[in-house]
Amino acid sequence: MSKLIPDITKDKIAGGVYQNKLHDSGHKHVNGQAVYVDDIPEPHGMLHIYMGMSTVAHAKIKSMDLSEMRASEGVACVLTVEDIPGINDYSPVKGDDPIFAEGKVEFIGQPIFAVAADTIDLARAAAKKAVIEYEELPAILTIADAMEKGSYVSDPHVMARGDADGRIATAKHVIKNSVELGGQEQFYLEGMIAMSIPGEDDEVKVYSSTQHPSEVQHNVAKALAVPDHAVTIETRRLGGGFGGKESQPALMASVSALVAKATGRAAKLRLDRDDDMVMTGKRHDFHFEYEVGFNDDGLIEGVSMLHACRAGYSSDLTDAIADRAMFHCDNVYWLPNIKVESYRCKTNTVSNTAFRGFGGPQGVFLIERIIDEIAAKLDKDPLEVRQKNFYGVDDNNVTPYHMTVEDNVIHEIFEELEESSDYQKRRAEIREFNKHSKVLKKGIAMTPVKFGISFTTTFLNQAGALVHIYTDGSVKLNHGGIEMGQGLFTKVAQVVAEEFQIDIERVKITATDTSKVPNTSATAASSGSDMNGMAAQAAARTIKQRLTDFAATQFQASVEDVEWLPNRVRVGSEEIAFTDLVKQAYLNRISLSSTGYYATPKIHYDRENCKGRPFFYFSYGAAVTEVLVDTLTGENKITRVDILHDVGKSLNPTIDLGQVEGAYVQGAGWLTTEELWWDQTGRLRTHAPSTYKIPACSDRAEDMRISLWEKGKNAEETIYRSKAVGEPPLVLGISAFHAISDAIASVTDYEVYPALDAPATAERVLMAVDRTKKAAKS
Amino acid sequence: MTSLQFVFRGELREIADIDPTYSVLRWLREEEGAVGTKEGCAEGDCGACTVVLAELGSDGSLEYKALNACIQFMPMLHGKWLLTVEDLEALQADGSLHPVQQAIVDTSASQCGFCTPGIVMSLFALYRNENRPNVNRVNDCLAGNLCRCTGYGPIIDAAQKMYDGTEGEGFTPAEANAISLLKLIPSDQGMSVSDGERHFFAPASSDELAELYKKYPNATLVAGATDVGLWVTKMQRVLEPVIYLGRVRDLREIKDNGDNLIIGAGITYSEAHQVIAEQYPDFGELIRRIGSTQVRNAGTIGGNVANGSPIGDTPPALIAADAKVLLQKGSDIRELPLQDFFIEYGKQDRFESEFVKAIKLPNRASDVIFRSYKISKRFDQDISAACGAFALKLNDGIVKDIRICFGGMAGTPARAKQAEASLIGQNWSEENVEKAMQVMEGDYTPMTDMRATADYRMMVAKNLLMKFYLETTDTQIETRVVGEKELAHV
Repeated sequence: MSKLIPDITKDKIAGGVYQNKLHDSGHKHVNGQAVYVDDIPEPHGMLHIYMGMSTVAHAKIKSMDLSEMRASEGVACVLTVEDIPGINDYSPVKGDDPIFAEGKVEFIGQPIFAVAADTIDLARAAAKKAVIEYEELPAILTIADAMEKGSYVSDPHVMARGDADGRIATAKHVIKNSVELGGQEQFYLEGMIAMSIPGEDDEVKVYSSTQHPSEVQHNVAKALAVPDHAVTIETRRLGGGFGGKESQPALMASVSALVAKATGRAAKLRLDRDDDMVMTGKRHDFHFEYEVGFNDDGLIEGVSMLHACRAGYSSDLTDAIADRAMFHCDNVYWLPNIKVESYRCKTNTVSNTAFRGFGGPQGVFLIERIIDEIAAKLDKDPLEVRQKNFYGVDDNNVTPYHMTVEDNVIHEIFEELEESSDYQKRRAEIREFNKHSKVLKKGIAMTPVKFGISFTTTFLNQAGALVHIYTDGSVKLNHGGIEMGQGLFTKVAQVVAEEFQIDIERVKITATDTSKVPNTSATAASSGSDMNGMAAQAAARTIKQRLTDFAATQFQASVEDVEWLPNRVRVGSEEIAFTDLVKQAYLNRISLSSTGYYATPKIHYDRENCKGRPFFYFSYGAAVTEVLVDTLTGENKITRVDILHDVGKSLNPTIDLGQVEGAYVQGAGWLTTEELWWDQTGRLRTHAPSTYKIPACSDRAEDMRISLWEKGKNAEETIYRSKAVGEPPLVLGISAFHAISDAIASVTDYEVYPALDAPATAERVLMAVDRTKKAAKS
Repeated sequence: MTSLQFVFRGELREIADIDPTYSVLRWLREEEGAVGTKEGCAEGDCGACTVVLAELGSDGSLEYKALNACIQFMPMLHGKWLLTVEDLEALQADGSLHPVQQAIVDTSASQCGFCTPGIVMSLFALYRNENRPNVNRVNDCLAGNLCRCTGYGPIIDAAQKMYDGTEGEGFTPAEANAISLLKLIPSDQGMSVSDGERHFFAPASSDELAELYKKYPNATLVAGATDVGLWVTKMQRVLEPVIYLGRVRDLREIKDNGDNLIIGAGITYSEAHQVIAEQYPDFGELIRRIGSTQVRNAGTIGGNVANGSPIGDTPPALIAADAKVLLQKGSDIRELPLQDFFIEYGKQDRFESEFVKAIKLPNRASDVIFRSYKISKRFDQDISAACGAFALKLNDGIVKDIRICFGGMAGTPARAKQAEASLIGQNWSEENVEKAMQVMEGDYTPMTDMRATADYRMMVAKNLLMKFYLETTDTQIETRVVGEKELAHV
């Protein structure tokens, strides 16, 4: 409810920073009034688009007969590569993602053509009439196959410091092993969608479910061969993104815009869930190899890692993702002698893409695995080995990429959580339980996270905002960030309310729109509130300065005498309502509108030499997970979770807690039930919720104790000293994986390390139980 | 009747001309512009499209059920009140948010909001049907509503908090209105509707059904459409005609004749759940884990049998319990052991125009020990990799009889006959069970697919026999990761 007459007597505004302001759209979510792209009233005569996809993993297209499809009932338009006026590419970086296949197909699900018809049923029926002949080529489907054949999307990259091999050779203990880590489908509940409305001249407006409207704009313009200014992208909200809607929506937007401009009719492309899961990228799966040398205390002396990830048929964002995996190879650990080799494998499968964490979780996964295995070998509590290897606060604090960790708080967080979760006592009880329980076994693990905040591609760390005050004192706010559920719009509105000292109800949040704030970066890398909050603050401060100057002039006072109070301004002994000040400013011809801009300071990176400061700061957290495992079936359940997470000074604790909990569950899902499974022809067989299993309600631990770290305060000058929260807590799901491993180890009385691969499905768990039992016998 | 009649937004709606397999979700969004109900998967697995259907119960009051609108065909609404997320405020006297909605707002239980309308409707049905259920019931209620943002905690909180508010006064008049409108739709008559080309028949008796099926042997029989719905949404199959079993009165009955439970083919999982659980507690636990609330409210045990799937969850339990299937063609009714109904993959012992009329489940004899186990990647709303059921009779520690049946291990639900034979007449001992586990390898040649490898299926099937043994011999052992722990020992 907008309050038309703000209260000018109160001590504190409603909805300023650090307050538990509820999500701005909560009311609309629950009564069905929140509008997603598919809910926008469809323009008269709108066409529905269906995409024809490759049915083979790798082939030359010998022939295509689309004549029967074109003649099919209700068909208005058929597009192939021949029909693209501009460039046949929707890639984010390298120009290697064709909108429509050209001469060859490189994965099952690759778009070949689009057919637009009066209804989606007619479009789908028509698509079945396309006749495509392939000449099949050998396909590379797995990381192992790609590694063997040297098939990469880009050159391997190496990061090294010290003498890893030398120190491993001289270490008292050495472990050499490998581990597999599965990918993950984003499974945003709202599938991919774009609706385009042709405008006059070369203009087109696209409603796109995207985390990256600017990139969508640029790609649509590129495909249409029109200037960027002809294309407008608007996005009010997403029904989930999780990285999946960073680079991929450019495909849907480009195709719908091509149809709209080709026909002069509005056109919508909404993917069916199965097509969405087959056609669009997922989290990269990894094959890891490692060799580590360590002393009796478990202190790592040298470690050598091999990362091999599955890029799929094209680059997409793989280089940045694989780099971020390398940047997180250390997690919270001081690794003086380290070498990481990273291979980005080109395969005939869908091109993998961003997913919350963007390679970071994969990087952390490996070092946590290594530490866990060291502890098992030395028969120590993994917690102790972890602490032993932590970065120092004042020394032993330089990352493998030569950035000094200046804000290390993991020691404190770990100690607090160890205490508050009752870790030691519970661990002892669990071991006792396991001695007497024949079938069910319990496990527990505590893992930390340190997550680098900033886009590692430095130029992306910029943001813009636009703030208007109208003459009634109401404020319209726009910025380049996307609301996808994370509460970004609420947080940025809190910032603007705080700056102007007005109740948040006076601030209207509007859809992200490339014609309002241009050249934005993706809402990704957890950067949303850090960057857009700062940009909005800058815009607000510009206007606020003008108003302060104006008030000083009006009341013949100095600027220092102007004090901003809730919904009012005090100048000396006079008070004036914000609304009145604004009106008077207008009458005196003071501009009430401003843009704001922010570029993250301090960051730089020299990739060739792996040196620099790619991150503005780090976010930290830790989790303890307890599980119950059935050693006859491998079924497992998370029974208790304790989390302590640092979000700096929280802009909105309620929203931040929601992010932490959701991220943890998503991370645990990645490492337990969520399994992507391709058959031998390269066809994804887990392409719908019937076969791909994200956590359901009962998978949540009944006992979850989540806290934001009370002492948290960003060491850097971020927006109100808060910290980014979107991605880092996902990494805490790794504790669930290690808890399961701990439970399995109990089967051999902790003699044999389970060497579990991920995800830890019931099957993998039972196989590990079986394997370790056999190893214990022999 | 030759028109579809249902209650919507406080009015009796009558539609004479409709595509028989047009989904309720698409009708809402495309024809009514009611876009609050979302499509997340179009296969009944995510729950974003959840709506509530209310029907007149035998006592004249309304029974509320959450259902997936994406796989409900429009003519299946006949005689029901369709409620969507847009209805709830209008049901409140003052037009404010319903307590369910308010609780979700207050607990920050929505983030992206796309799953939220479905969650609102699932919780609304729960709110109408139960008072302050425990968290396990809330989990069951929401098993079919996926949320990718929240991690569910705030939603579970909302499901408790929603009872703190008082319900709006306005709801009772709306209910009274719906009841009066529903009474205008004859409950004892068949219905047919068509779009001019394709036809939908909803006969009112099994004799009518038999006649229709004789006339249209190629008809698709539909009960809950939890499977057939996907033929339309995912495969774009054109079904002609469709015969709906949901209004066939005598198929909608479940009776205990003293020796057997006669479960009509139109009885849903939800309706059968408690009745079966009383006889076979662990079968009840299995039903709790079939699909989700929305799926169990629509899907039927008859359908689970009739579609012949090798991975349906009830056939292994029914076969282990020695159930029979009753088949009707015209006026002829025959009965055969359920295991004989499944001939091979995709082939059942069913004649043209013959339909599954009922399942006959023997009342459990006091000396029969029964267990069933469902193995899947996720506990709720998942399809089994393997599903095993065991029925054992002991006499002084000697196996008098044992029936072991598995789904997911062969082209049909299949008995482990060699393993059974190796046990019968032997001591019920760990040693003999281990031998039987080896023998079981001869009973099955499972396959590898996205749910599990052949090796895992074999290993877990054998281990489930061991689990059954342990549960029947060690009264203290803990064996259950989920569900009521006591079920291991009842």
